[in-house]
Amino acid sequence: MSGTYFAIMAALVLAGFFLGAQRARGVRGDQAGMLHSLPAYHGLYIAAAVLTVMMVIFVVGAPLASHYVVSQGLGAFDPSEVAEQLHRDAALRDIQNLIAGIYQGEPSDKLKAAAAAYSAASSLVYWGLNIFGVLAGAAVIFWGLGRITPELRARNQFERFVKYVLLASSGVAILTTIGIVLSVVFEAMHFFSKVSPIDFLFGLQWSPQTAMRADQVGSSGAFGIVPLIAGTLLITVIAMLVAGPLGLFSAIYMAEYATPRIRSVVKPILEILAGIPTVVLGFFAALTVAPLIRGWGQSFGLDVASESALAAGLVMGMMIIPFVSSLSDDVINAVPQSLRDGSYAMGATKSETIKKVVLPAALPGIVSAFMLAISRAVGETMIVVMAAGLAANLTFNPLAAVTTVTVQIKTLLVGDQEFDSAKTLSAFALGLVLFFFTLALNYIALKIVQKYREQYD
Amino acid sequence: MDTMIKTPVADSAPRIARERPLKIKARNVDVYYGEKHAINDLSIDIPDSAVSAFIGPSGCGKSTFLRSINRMNDTIPSCRVTGNIEIDGRDIYDRTLDVVQLRARIGMVFQKPNPFPKSIYENVAYGPRIHGFARNKTDLEEIVVTSLKKAGLFEEVKDRLDHSGTSLSGGQQQRLCIARAIAVNPEVILMDEPCSALDPIATARIEELIDELRQNFCIVIVTHSMQQAARVSQLTAFFHLGNLVEVGDTDDIFTAPKDKRTQDYITGRFG
Ligand SMILES: Nc1ncnc2c1ncn2[C@@H]1O[C@H](COP(=O)(O)OP(=O)(O)O)[C@@H](O)[C@H]1O
Ligand SMILES: [Mg+2]
Repeated sequence: MSGTYFAIMAALVLAGFFLGAQRARGVRGDQAGMLHSLPAYHGLYIAAAVLTVMMVIFVVGAPLASHYVVSQGLGAFDPSEVAEQLHRDAALRDIQNLIAGIYQGEPSDKLKAAAAAYSAASSLVYWGLNIFGVLAGAAVIFWGLGRITPELRARNQFERFVKYVLLASSGVAILTTIGIVLSVVFEAMHFFSKVSPIDFLFGLQWSPQTAMRADQVGSSGAFGIVPLIAGTLLITVIAMLVAGPLGLFSAIYMAEYATPRIRSVVKPILEILAGIPTVVLGFFAALTVAPLIRGWGQSFGLDVASESALAAGLVMGMMIIPFVSSLSDDVINAVPQSLRDGSYAMGATKSETIKKVVLPAALPGIVSAFMLAISRAVGETMIVVMAAGLAANLTFNPLAAVTTVTVQIKTLLVGDQEFDSAKTLSAFALGLVLFFFTLALNYIALKIVQKYREQYD
Repeated sequence: MDTMIKTPVADSAPRIARERPLKIKARNVDVYYGEKHAINDLSIDIPDSAVSAFIGPSGCGKSTFLRSINRMNDTIPSCRVTGNIEIDGRDIYDRTLDVVQLRARIGMVFQKPNPFPKSIYENVAYGPRIHGFARNKTDLEEIVVTSLKKAGLFEEVKDRLDHSGTSLSGGQQQRLCIARAIAVNPEVILMDEPCSALDPIATARIEELIDELRQNFCIVIVTHSMQQAARVSQLTAFFHLGNLVEVGDTDDIFTAPKDKRTQDYITGRFG
């Protein structure tokens, strides 16, 4: 249905453009410069009007049309048969399968009638929408051609159209974000009607495995997220202890010490690190790093879990080095050479210059790089699933197994779920926590950047 | 370094060079950027306690030679300097010489004001801090205030020493850079077109300042403006296509240039 409509729309938009431009040339006659706008702008003016009107018709008309088709199809059934969403969906699937000729078994008369009504309504709507679209588009072209006079400010009108298109694009992005947040908030509220927010936020135990039978032990489940937050923080801190210094120092090396040739080799290699799929890093952590740490730990007589926060944190740190180094390298490079010259001319050495002038000047960018790396670490799931385990231990011992917020979300939603159990819903509450955590990080980063921002020019 | 002197400086040395002690002596200096020969066999004597101006059309090597005096050219990988430059009789390209110490003795002011993204106070305190000039906080404060006063900036900024140096106007920024340079009490101050980014009023202030500083420092200034050279300098050197064409007392250069090229330049025929 929509394919034809969009083809018609494209044709009418083009027609509008050429007719508009041609009419404008006709109005101008031989005297160039009499028109307020160039002929092409008159064409664009009409094309934009056609596009706007036909898009509005589609956006409003298509949902109405499909609603009409569905109600016609379901009208063949008894209202009681299709009262529930689940049954409606099943009936619709049957109808569509029958029309497509892939229905299994012998259809009932009722289903045949429904399919007939459904396809009749479909073709009515198909023709209706397309014909209405053509008429509307043609009407707009006709109306637009009538408006073309030498005085018409087509150029300014088109400028307004451009502005609204851009506005609409950013509107879509913002509305989508708001929609996602609202849906998470909504489901989380659902969860909080089952589990108190206090227990959730301050509870020290996490075991969401709600039992199947009410008389089983621990049937209620425990939803305290403190162990998850602690695990997330522990792994993030370990990862940043690895990635922070290594990333920053390699950025300084690349930006200030490396010759262009070395730089052109080293930088891409570092960026390859960012391209390794996290699953691969995950099994590297689980199969190589974790046993190594365990072996070392045991040789010192330490008790190391086979899955440890340290293994996950180290490998995650490797993963985010490129985020720190690549961005920091860019911001260090962006520090004006004149500042370095000023410092050298004062008799400063290279490392003094870097420490006292270049890094402070690049600080806002470096902070952003770190914040980005931290968000990556907090949001990373795969490595932790594989290397740090699922045990929600409340500990700051890097040699113990821990788990993180994202890992738990993943665990909660994998496999068959009842949608209204506290266990499943708790994933949304965790998502909400993660969202606020990242929001807070970004806010802090923004504040730091604002505080230290300096203008050069 | 070739220390043999091939070309002696002209016998009829400028008056100012005879009146004042010699500060910087350059002999047979050549500078190359890779293949490009930017300075060709240059020799000059620059007197102490005076302002020497380098003039000449763009790209003739004024900045290049200026940057050879504090070895800022070392920071450009492709750049190579041969010949002999002495300050107070000491070869500055000598292997045993510490570049960092050399630069501490030579202040430099750049074409575009380049205050560090730090407070006004920290900008001036930068040199004294890295060279350990101040024994304590009071010492440092004293140095900062004196330098700002010498640079004629103190009155304007005394209430906001903790504000960022980059928040000042262009002319103030340039005076801050001068204050930063004189805070380490250098012997020589090199200025590369210090007024080219400034308006006429700010330029006039800097010129006054240069005139005051002349008592205590050896100042070398590159300038695009011949009027500026005439106003502030006592010695003028005219560069053309990498050659030092003529050097003499400023009055003589502007009233009776010996070389045809100098004459053409100062009468505005090219450049
Ligand atoms: N970093 C550099 N690399 C290569 N060539 C340079 C560099 N700096 C200057 N040059 C060249 O050296 C010549 C002299 O430049 P410069 O000393 O900046 O001239 P001026 O300051 O008199 O305008 C010019 O031809 C310029 O292109
Ligand atoms: Mg120059």
